[in-house]
Amino acid sequence: MAARAEPLPGRAQAAPALAVGVSTLYLSVVVLLPLAALAWHAHGWSSISSPEAVAALKLTLLLSLVVAVINAVAGTAIAWTLVRDRFFGQSFVNALVDLPFALPTIVAGLVLLTLYRDLAFTRWGILAALLFVTLPFVVRTVQPMLLELDTEMEDAAASLGASRLATFRRVILPTILPAILSGVALAFARAIGEFGAVVLISGNLPFKTEVLSVYVFGRIESGDPGGAAAASVAILGISFAVLLAIGGLRRLVTRHDR
Amino acid sequence: MIGRYAVRFAALGYLTLLLALPVGYVFWRTFRHGFWPAWHAVTTPDALHALKVTLILAGIAVPANTIFGVLAGLAIVRYRFRGAGVFNAVVDLPLALSPVVVGLALLLLYGRGGWLDGHHVVFALPGMVLATMFVSLPFVVREVVPVLREVGTEQEQAASTLGANAWQTFWRVTWPAIRWATAYGVVLTTARALGEFGAVSVVSGRLAGQTESLTLYVQDRYQGFDEVGAYASAVVLALIAVTTLIVMTALKPKKEAR
Repeated sequence: MAARAEPLPGRAQAAPALAVGVSTLYLSVVVLLPLAALAWHAHGWSSISSPEAVAALKLTLLLSLVVAVINAVAGTAIAWTLVRDRFFGQSFVNALVDLPFALPTIVAGLVLLTLYRDLAFTRWGILAALLFVTLPFVVRTVQPMLLELDTEMEDAAASLGASRLATFRRVILPTILPAILSGVALAFARAIGEFGAVVLISGNLPFKTEVLSVYVFGRIESGDPGGAAAASVAILGISFAVLLAIGGLRRLVTRHDR
Repeated sequence: MIGRYAVRFAALGYLTLLLALPVGYVFWRTFRHGFWPAWHAVTTPDALHALKVTLILAGIAVPANTIFGVLAGLAIVRYRFRGAGVFNAVVDLPLALSPVVVGLALLLLYGRGGWLDGHHVVFALPGMVLATMFVSLPFVVREVVPVLREVGTEQEQAASTLGANAWQTFWRVTWPAIRWATAYGVVLTTARALGEFGAVSVVSGRLAGQTESLTLYVQDRYQGFDEVGAYASAVVLALIAVTTLIVMTALKPKKEAR
């Protein structure tokens, strides 16, 4: 019965050691070890200052920014329609929004290319592909905020004579803005690194339609893993900065809740 | 009222043009000459082999990441350990990384001149399995963690006080609380594992009939001007995605009700 008198310590030592130990080992082997190898091999910085690499970086940043802005507007509008509007087939539309998460990226690219044939090998085509794969992010971060939102404040604003637009801008938008930004950051990060959806559409024309991930792939194929690794570290840096920004925004969102 | 319809029209129009029409059009293109040409295109030896490779990749990555996900969730929420913050950040890393970068990291680790060279990992199935495990790693953890936080430790402590050992406490108290969240995470993991393209593309070596997964097969057929083959295999992947969506929709209420 001695074990019964003190049940917690025994359990609190064996189980955590197993859970923490095994999962840390797994994480190290699957994720950390390859990334360490990547950082180790990242030389050939000259290759990321080459005009082709700089053009790819510029195009990637530009497209990702445009994707972020369009998603902020379209994502909020879709979330709004799903929460505040009522129409036939709404739950179907709600499920449809998750399709880009479930559909393999290569299929997304193929599907867009089949219908919009003229977009092949253009920047507009890449933009469409990026918009396709990033669609759910803002919708899925804004939707729960809109669901929680109390309509009392809106009623008050309306009764004081505010127009619907003014009510949205002055009452609703400030509340959901952190959620919009959080979703936008996720979409931006995804757009920076997207490959599968872009690879068929872009045609990989250097200086015209070559985005960063495609540039890295090209470096690998042409037997320059060092240069590819250097460009990858650039992508990693941007992704990491965005992750940090998301962390900051999440804190903002939770502070707003209280 | 006009404003409401304008938002609805814009949101649904955007979804239709970007998602519904392109996906629907590929289904139509695939079956416009009837069912059998499409069926024959996805039952060629290479196509069947690609499907088999994809199933093997998911068959290893999904169980591995499920066990890891539950253990890591317990590690993050239940046990304080040094480096928990870093652990948490590393778990999120695969979500923010470009798939091409993931593939390159594996190539640099296991490829020629890498630290673990000479084990026939890259340009073979093991490398593709590792790539799939990497990209689909965060989903179960991310679903399990919030649920574990929410249910708290009271019931687990009660069970333990009543003499249950760690194993009994887990199976009788903790697991029933997190099983639907785990199931939801498994669905997301499966979708990602079946659909991965970029990372697998870099490490596969792309030997048709050997190291070609179904997503790689789609690209291979498309670039080889075999439209029927490309569309038919894309439709197979799209049908899997739609099934995923249906299962997700069915699981969501259970996950939230618990």
